[in-house]
Amino acid sequence: MKRPSLRAVALTLIPFAAMCFSVPLWDRIYPRVFGIPFNLFWLVSWIFLTSLCNWAAYRVEVPPGSAESDHHPKGGAQ
Amino acid sequence: MSNSVVALTVIFAIIIFGSIMAFYAGARHKMNLEQWTVGGRGFGLLLVWLLMAGEVYTTFAFLGASGWAYSRGGPTLYIIAYLTIGKAVYFHVQPQIWEVGRKFKMQTQPDFFEKRYGSKYLAAFVAVVGFAFLIPYLQLQLTGLGIIVEVASFEGIGRPLAMAIAFTLVAGFVFASGVRGVAWVSILKDVLMLSVVFVIGISLPYIYFGGIGPMFTAVIHAKPAHLMMPGSTKDMGHAWYISTVLMASLGGLMWPNLFATSFTAKSGNVLRRNAVIMPLYNITLPLIFFVGFTAFLAIPGLKNGDLALLTLARKTYPAWFLGVIGGTGALTAMVPAAIFILAAATLFAKNFFRPVFAPRMTDDQVAKLAKMMVLVVTGIALYFALYSSTTLVALLLIGFAGVSQFFPGVVLGLYWRRVTMPGVFAGMVVGVATVAFLMLTKRDPFVGINAGFFALCLNFVVTAVVSSVTRFQPSGFEERSEASAVR
Repeated sequence: MKRPSLRAVALTLIPFAAMCFSVPLWDRIYPRVFGIPFNLFWLVSWIFLTSLCNWAAYRVEVPPGSAESDHHPKGGAQ
Repeated sequence: MSNSVVALTVIFAIIIFGSIMAFYAGARHKMNLEQWTVGGRGFGLLLVWLLMAGEVYTTFAFLGASGWAYSRGGPTLYIIAYLTIGKAVYFHVQPQIWEVGRKFKMQTQPDFFEKRYGSKYLAAFVAVVGFAFLIPYLQLQLTGLGIIVEVASFEGIGRPLAMAIAFTLVAGFVFASGVRGVAWVSILKDVLMLSVVFVIGISLPYIYFGGIGPMFTAVIHAKPAHLMMPGSTKDMGHAWYISTVLMASLGGLMWPNLFATSFTAKSGNVLRRNAVIMPLYNITLPLIFFVGFTAFLAIPGLKNGDLALLTLARKTYPAWFLGVIGGTGALTAMVPAAIFILAAATLFAKNFFRPVFAPRMTDDQVAKLAKMMVLVVTGIALYFALYSSTTLVALLLIGFAGVSQFFPGVVLGLYWRRVTMPGVFAGMVVGVATVAFLMLTKRDPFVGINAGFFALCLNFVVTAVVSSVTRFQPSGFEERSEASAVR
């Protein structure tokens, strides 16, 4: 069993800090962004940022060009 | 033609189209147990993504989320958080599950427990618990289907008949397809869902308030507290939010059907890449919330928030578009329902009935029994759907609280050598009993935190303590891999 690398774990902990534990800091209506209450805007931003964190973790676990990087851009359906 | 006929015709056209698609996709492969449950373990990123989007984004996200935005407000935000954070955990845990799954030819979640802890009774217990908590999730889908038919028929078809129709549709759908067929219908479901959500999420605030910003200004003017936690509830504040997000993002990975989905992948990296793209699907959620918040002002006073989206759509759009929304909603209920039924039926036949009562059954007989169980499982869910009036989100939270009790056994099983079978057994019994007690006595949230989270903490403690006082037991995963290395 491959142990997950600490850097990858740290990267995936960022979304927990931002979307979960810090809720008292961002659960508010103002400042509104594009007319949207701040709490909703914050979470929507972290949808994209979480994807980015997971991607960075992926690059840590599977470095580009490594033997394990069996990359099929089209997903290779069945 | 009357409006209800138009709407219902469009809904059924979409459902029939989806079923034909499922049948065609499923029929090209011979259906042995391995094909029916894990699709031959050859799915690439596209099919795994579709299948997972198919089972995670259910009628709960569609009707339930808008219903909560309507009736509860701020606490609804937990849905965005758990569905996003969950993928960060998925990134680490699911590829490991896939790896042992391939090595030991696992098809179900109890297979994992049996191999790791070497006890078929522990596995049978996991099967029973998984089965029991899949029922509310399935009930949720049937209730959603019933609501759709009821609203689209302008209350011409009552809830019981609507649900009986739903029952027939879903059971037929599962028989027709198997897991591969379901994955392909997910394409239709996803395309429709994304289009419908973008159209209604943007146009409804625009029609009633002149835009999304003005809509929020109006809500802030009417009741600003609705947009923050605890919103229009008394006990869903920040402690509830944190505990619910943790419980759902960790526990959400423990759905038996999600295990089976992981096994369909052709490599662990497919699952890692899936974790990268999956959060982006959540962009539909704020749009669904917009609908709920619009309804909050436009059609106040609904007794059941789950009706908000469809009632507002019916009031606003022509009948044919109500039909498109209804048909989309129907597929978002049927695709996951099919996956849950498949999972529950397989759990019962493979990990409960065969090991406990009929050890000599062949795989083909197990597959036959599982197919028969499809009717039983759907029937049980239909019974509960008819005789209980719980809201969609509440049903979801019951299911999550239950299956999250597998988390210690799975994660400690993967990463901690010292965890033992009695430890996991004891932890799970305590966790499930706590969930059942707190839920049945209506103590959720419990002292301000999510009851499932409370049970999960107890479960972890009991698992760790009992494991450290029981005799060391080598992991079934290591034992076998060493043996195969020697060979």
